Amino acid sequence: MTPVARHKALTAIWGAPRGWRGTLCSVNHSDIGKRFILAAFAFFAIGGVLAMLIRAQLATPGSAFVGPEIYNQLFTMHGSIMMFLFAIPMFEGLALYLLPKLLGSRDMAFPRLSAYGWWCYLFGGSILIAALVMGVAPDGGWFMYTPLSSKAYTPGINADVWLLGITFVEISAIAAAIEITVSILKLRAPGMRLERMPLFAWYLLVTALMMIVAFPPLILGSILLEVERAFDWPFFDPARGGSPLLWQHLFWLFGHPEVYIIFLPAAGVVSTVLPVMARSRILGYGWIVAALLALAFLSFGLWVHHMFTTGIPHMALGFFSAASALVAVPTGLQIFAWIGTLWQGRPQLRLPMLYLLGFFLVFVLGGMTGVMLAMVPFDWQAHDTHFVVAHLHYVLVGGFIFPMLAGAYYWLPHVTGRARVPLLGEAAFWLILVGFNLTFFLMHLTGLLGMPRRIYTYPEEMGWTWLNLLSSVGSFIMAFGFALFVIDVALQVFLGRRSRRNPWGAHSLEWAMPVPAPAYNFASQPHLADDTPHDGPLAADPGLPQRLARGEGYLAEARHGWRETMAVDMGSGAVDHVVLLPGNTRLPILTALVTGSFFLALLAGLYWLALLPVVAVAALAWRWAWVLGGRAAIGPVSIRPGQTAPTHREAAGAPGWWGSVFLLVADATLLGSLLFGYAFLWVVAPNWPPPAMIQGGWTPALAAALAAAAAGMLLARLAATASQEGRRPAARRAAAAAAGAQLLAAAALAWLGAAGLPPPDSHAYAAASWALLAYAALHALLAALLAAFVCARLGSGHIRPGCGLEPAVARLFNDYAAAAVLIVLACVLAPALLP
Amino acid sequence: MLAGAAALTLLVMVLLALAFRRGGAEAPGGRRAPAGLWLGGLGVAMPTTLLLLLLGSALVVGERMVARAAPERVVIGASGHQWYWDFTQPGADGPIVTRDVMHIPAGRPVDVRLQGNDVIHSFWVPRLAGKMDVVPGHVNLLRIEATRPGVFEGQCAEFCGLEHARHRFRVVAHDAAGWAAFQRGQQP
Ligand code: HEM
Ligand SMILES: [Cu+2]
Ligand SMILES: [Cu+2]
Repeated sequence: MTPVARHKALTAIWGAPRGWRGTLCSVNHSDIGKRFILAAFAFFAIGGVLAMLIRAQLATPGSAFVGPEIYNQLFTMHGSIMMFLFAIPMFEGLALYLLPKLLGSRDMAFPRLSAYGWWCYLFGGSILIAALVMGVAPDGGWFMYTPLSSKAYTPGINADVWLLGITFVEISAIAAAIEITVSILKLRAPGMRLERMPLFAWYLLVTALMMIVAFPPLILGSILLEVERAFDWPFFDPARGGSPLLWQHLFWLFGHPEVYIIFLPAAGVVSTVLPVMARSRILGYGWIVAALLALAFLSFGLWVHHMFTTGIPHMALGFFSAASALVAVPTGLQIFAWIGTLWQGRPQLRLPMLYLLGFFLVFVLGGMTGVMLAMVPFDWQAHDTHFVVAHLHYVLVGGFIFPMLAGAYYWLPHVTGRARVPLLGEAAFWLILVGFNLTFFLMHLTGLLGMPRRIYTYPEEMGWTWLNLLSSVGSFIMAFGFALFVIDVALQVFLGRRSRRNPWGAHSLEWAMPVPAPAYNFASQPHLADDTPHDGPLAADPGLPQRLARGEGYLAEARHGWRETMAVDMGSGAVDHVVLLPGNTRLPILTALVTGSFFLALLAGLYWLALLPVVAVAALAWRWAWVLGGRAAIGPVSIRPGQTAPTHREAAGAPGWWGSVFLLVADATLLGSLLFGYAFLWVVAPNWPPPAMIQGGWTPALAAALAAAAAGMLLARLAATASQEGRRPAARRAAAAAAGAQLLAAAALAWLGAAGLPPPDSHAYAAASWALLAYAALHALLAALLAAFVCARLGSGHIRPGCGLEPAVARLFNDYAAAAVLIVLACVLAPALLP
Repeated sequence: MLAGAAALTLLVMVLLALAFRRGGAEAPGGRRAPAGLWLGGLGVAMPTTLLLLLLGSALVVGERMVARAAPERVVIGASGHQWYWDFTQPGADGPIVTRDVMHIPAGRPVDVRLQGNDVIHSFWVPRLAGKMDVVPGHVNLLRIEATRPGVFEGQCAEFCGLEHARHRFRVVAHDAAGWAAFQRGQQP
């Protein structure tokens, strides 16, 4: 096969049809990644316009430009858009686009999931923007403190828009996190050892793992608050044993790691682009990986620094203050690793490097004010003033926007295949840098002069007038800079000269392909020798791209219309199996639409109607899993001359298995957060003990629930073993019985609540207990669905001996459901059992 | 703290500038920077030492600000509402309640007992002390002290809805005679 013929054949397999059909059904990671990036930038523009309106209002004292109703929506939406609709999706887009290319792979592990995440993001974001246009946008601040956001003080749907819209968008964050984790661990080029993979992959892996544990507390908090608003379950109402502080803990348990989740991918860009600009290799690869792990760990121990003024005892604050300061150490280490890299290289002041220098200046200043704020006495003064606004923008703009702009200029030739137009980019840089510092440096001073944040106006005599006016002027200078950036990119796309294949002389694999990148990335996948440096093989082996194009790597054959990519052993990178990825389909957009109608039904208060989309999503999920794989055995397939490997359904440890494992980790974090909430209310909230506790009549229900959940678990295990051994009828019976047992368990849990618990709206205790029971029952139902699926697949002949993936996943979920039922019951019954 | 921050930022910037100058001066690549010095020294040891020093002093300062039992101490209740403040001062015959103006004696430690009612507010008089949140369902204590008589501006510092910007109040610190008069119910 000639390279051109191979290109045509692979494009036919991996590409999407032109026009709107292709748009609706494409699941290719480059398409989805680019869409995420474009949409995130559009949301950035919207958030930026809101920021301009804020600055216009604050430019003069006593301004009548907007009133408080509008102003409160402006800053709430500005903050929420920037954090949830811009920063996180922007990094997800970059990861989706780049990761497979960096790792020498052809796509992400779950292409349909990326597409589903994309549509959820788009629809969820649109709900928020629609609310903004209609004037009913959230107005409680981006962290939505209760009781201000509770029904009593925000009776309109403003808060519901936030809770439901953001939760809808978070689906895409969890999806991306799982996908990034599994893709990095399993879908690398053969021979790429974990400890030799590009640093950017390490950054993304750590970020994704952090997301898997950081987002569930927020999702849980949003669910609880929405349930409080909709059904009056008083989780946060102090009059009935709830606590407003519970919301703050759940929010910041997410919110602080979130800051690092935003920063780390951008730092990954720095670690990737900077050594290329320095014509060197990064200093201290191992040190940096260690710093990342330390950061990830520490960042979960700091959330209380957002609550220094809530009345927590001073010594406890001391602990969190120390942890907050300590987190500066791994960050400082990276800074010096980067500077050391520049010292050992021969840096060139090209445009990405210019943005990196801007990053150093702005981010280091933000870090300094961060350490100041970590000191409790200082924070008692500066907290909730414009000093904090200045600090957070120095960190976010410095730590995210500047590196991302560097990355944009670095990778744009890869996306467009064109070189940039000279000079415009430099002008944009200076406008942004000067405008930014003018805007925000002065805000430190306004803050120290006592200007609180989130005030829509201030009187003349406070003496903040000049500083505010200059800040506003600065922000408009910055806005011109961003406008220039957009023009520059547009010119590059439409008018730029064609770019060389590897314009920066980088060594990493994403440059081992033609630009713009083809849909399949690599005509054949590379093999990395053991001594390949971590920054990529192109320095030692400049001829690699041509050899890959000639088909001298893995999976050079375009066969059966399969989308094939190699899966490897997690640590060593040895060949494990071949993954056959699903092709284009409209299932993701359909499922996202149905998911969206669920959220819209809740928003409209049509709670019974909302059950309809739930059933529909379950049916679509069934279909989603059903269309994978065929009835016929495939056996080992050739991966390059003289070497074969099994396909993923016939191998152990397929991506689907690992995806399920990480999904359950996120799920378990959600349960952990719920248990934390239950214990927190018990210990801290006012108006405890509750007037009524769990009481008599629950023993038979308890016995039934425990027995049924245990039976479900054992039967699902039995089904997995029997199907592995080829005893199909026995396996089917066991799977069917497992499904039945889990249904029983769910029913018994509901019975237990009805028999023993006070009504959920009577007290936070009852509400929390009911929430725990609901969690367990939901997971029993989920386990039943999976067992039923396995039963049907055994019947249809999709599951053959040797195809262990589906029974194994069903077994995993049944195990998890049983564990959840046991833990929940122990906690719900503890008050009745303990004296 | 400010000077330290400025010095560190300057250090980073100078090191960066030097990197470019050196790069221009000597061309051949393949140089290795000493990882131990850059990472172990500048990256880990330097920030750790500085931070520990800073933390220690912050803890000491913070401890001094915590409300502790003290003779002469006056306890005043403050309750935040959307959008006004009620203050309860001890009077000669029973508590004296005032709205949006708080009266304290100058030169004596005052403990403000913060009580929440509707949403979260935050009690902040920048010239007298740091801020403390007013959380419904929880009672917080804040120690303030005015060294001289005078009027001090206060402001709610936690976003509390529509009129958050105008959720302000005043603290009047009296000299001994003025305080006694206030306690007898004679408004000055
Ligand atoms: C592009 C230029 C930007 C300008 C001029 C700007 C301006 C502002 C201003 C003036 C506020 C304070 C509003 C108030 O407290 O009354 C604010 C709040 C905020 N900004 Fe920005 N901002 C910009 C970019 C960003 C970016 C890129 C992010 C995040 C990635 C961001 C995140 C936030 C957040 C989280 C808040 C807090 C919102 C709240 O208090 O609920 N901003 N911004
Ligand atoms: Cu934080
Ligand atoms: Cu207030």
